[in-house]
Amino acid sequence: MNMCRPVDVAKWWQQENPAAQRRAPSSSSPSSSSSSVRLMEAVRCVASEQRRMLSSAQPLSTLPRLRRSSFPQQRGRSRHFLITATSTSGLQVALYVFTEAGELSSFSKMSVFGPVVKIHPVVLASICDSYERRNEGASRVIGTLLGTIDKHSIEVTNCFSVPHNESEDEVAVDMEFAKNMYELHKRVSPTEVIIGWYATGFDITEHSVLIHEYYSREASNPIHLTVDSALQSGKMNIRAYVSAQMGVPGKTVGVMFTPLSVKYVYYDTERIGVDLLQRTRVTPSRTKGLTSDLSQVAGSAARVQDMLTTVLAYIEDVLSGKVTADNSVGRFLMDLVNKVPTISAEDFENMLNSNINDLLMVTYLSNLTQAQIALNEKLVLL
Amino acid sequence: LPVSLPKVVLKIIKHYQEEGQGSEVVQGVLLGLVVDDRLEITNCFPFPQHTEDDADFDEVQYQMEMMRSLRHVNIDHLHVGWYQSTYYGSFVSRALLDSQFSYQHAIEESVVLIYDPIKTAQGSLSLKAYRLTPKLMEICKEKDFTPEGLKKANIGFEHMFEEVPIVIKNSHLISVLMWELEDKSTVADKHELLNLSSSNHLEKSLQLLMDRVDDMSQDIVKYNTYSRNLSKQQQQKHQYLQRRQQENAQRQSRGEPPLPEEDITKMFKPPQPPPRMDTLLIAGQINNYCQNVKEFTSQNLGKLFMAEALQGHN
Repeated sequence: MNMCRPVDVAKWWQQENPAAQRRAPSSSSPSSSSSSVRLMEAVRCVASEQRRMLSSAQPLSTLPRLRRSSFPQQRGRSRHFLITATSTSGLQVALYVFTEAGELSSFSKMSVFGPVVKIHPVVLASICDSYERRNEGASRVIGTLLGTIDKHSIEVTNCFSVPHNESEDEVAVDMEFAKNMYELHKRVSPTEVIIGWYATGFDITEHSVLIHEYYSREASNPIHLTVDSALQSGKMNIRAYVSAQMGVPGKTVGVMFTPLSVKYVYYDTERIGVDLLQRTRVTPSRTKGLTSDLSQVAGSAARVQDMLTTVLAYIEDVLSGKVTADNSVGRFLMDLVNKVPTISAEDFENMLNSNINDLLMVTYLSNLTQAQIALNEKLVLL
Repeated sequence: LPVSLPKVVLKIIKHYQEEGQGSEVVQGVLLGLVVDDRLEITNCFPFPQHTEDDADFDEVQYQMEMMRSLRHVNIDHLHVGWYQSTYYGSFVSRALLDSQFSYQHAIEESVVLIYDPIKTAQGSLSLKAYRLTPKLMEICKEKDFTPEGLKKANIGFEHMFEEVPIVIKNSHLISVLMWELEDKSTVADKHELLNLSSSNHLEKSLQLLMDRVDDMSQDIVKYNTYSRNLSKQQQQKHQYLQRRQQENAQRQSRGEPPLPEEDITKMFKPPQPPPRMDTLLIAGQINNYCQNVKEFTSQNLGKLFMAEALQGHN
């Protein structure tokens, strides 16, 4: 696979904008800012076009203003670079790297570099909650992510929000607060460590880089999670990034945020909790009481019944020739039918009856006990 | 009636999963607001496990710090209750009563959320909210646990706790999150509820029930001895009085001064009535176990009949 090294990119960028080579980080020279503004314009159009292209899975044919000849391109796999340049310091460059792999059409599936990020739903719920509670005027919320690091995966299990102020030029994060909270959390779950930070909002801004630097002092190689709570693209995109150094050593150094793939993991009980929460989507008032007793069994049975109807419909279609039969599905169906154990009717009757007897006996016993204690109560009060 | 938000549910589940595997219970504090006639629970944080050294002081300080920090990020920091996990439904204990009493004394509306992880693992979220009935509150205030006191209040084990229904309310953003999760996550096994195996659960429940019944019977024996003692004492008192009167009559007939009436109460000290609070608690616990077992068996009966239907078609 031909990879275009970040070094080449930096060189290319310098060629394009020779004026931006001035290294003064504080003052923003007008020429570099204008060129970077131009570049940002370019980036914006390209970004929107990228999205359009990727969603329709067409081969890329138009890339305005970025010189594509310097990018080696392979059949079916091409690398697009989008570069945003900050206006304050021409050196800090954040890159988005997207890879299109063949038939992929959704924007969120990207190929992986490095560890997989596994997120628990409790983290996302907390993030959404803190977004809803943000101060007036703040456009986004940030906070710390806690979790555990494995060799190949990072598991995010907890988070808390950190107050911060953000304006055009600067960003202030209350690190003292973050440290305190971390200590408190550590007392409860000593296995969790700071593994990164999160921010709501779609893009990675220049402030993110600074904040990321703060966090890299706390944890080695922190990950950055963005949750698009403003629903800019119609869905809530949840992405994770890891930072990597890029650039020519000694000269222009930048930070690149490479995306990681995000998976959701649940504990079993969490899964059940989330299921209950899923059911609140349906009711218009978004509320749901906790069901009890037989209604739960009925609910489960109804779900299984739904699934069976879908399967039956599929079978009907195949039989009537509307849909071509798929062998793997056929095998699954065979498995399904064979799973119902064939027991002789008599044996099954016996098993069923003994089980029912057990349950009835236990019910009787508990009723008896309850009557007994009620009696005892009455006798004492005499 | 309390309304809880999904964050709380998930946090409680997670806390138990991570920390509570070995030990008895995990506890934590509920935070929220009181709105109209509803109690909204919007956040919670867990307590660290009790260590050997200086547990109390740590707790209070920990709480204070947590609440202060949460205030900075605009999270409601008002105490509205606490939560606890339970093992097979055995949570009616003196400690729970005391804690809940102190909470309810301070904050009128507070509840205790009981989370049953084992039942949840079986397929459906088991989260219940309880408050002490006003009658019980009064008794706890008086600290009068004698049988007379309880008779006065006319309280039975069924009236100790009142269960409050819980409603889970989602904001729109969370609904979007739910849709997203539904898309992205793999279809996990959602069918633990239809699991037919019941003997394990029943065994454990019944064992706990038996233990409690044993406790109860010991308590009853104690009470019986007490009442027997009391009645024996009454008899003795009566006999003594009679003898006294007889003697007095004899003396009078003989012309001697009557013996003074001695203070009877000093002679026969009434036996100490045993405190009835424990009995009440045990009775409540037994009741709880029985309820759980009955729920479980009814569910299983349903499942068994379903299995029969499945076999029937075969």
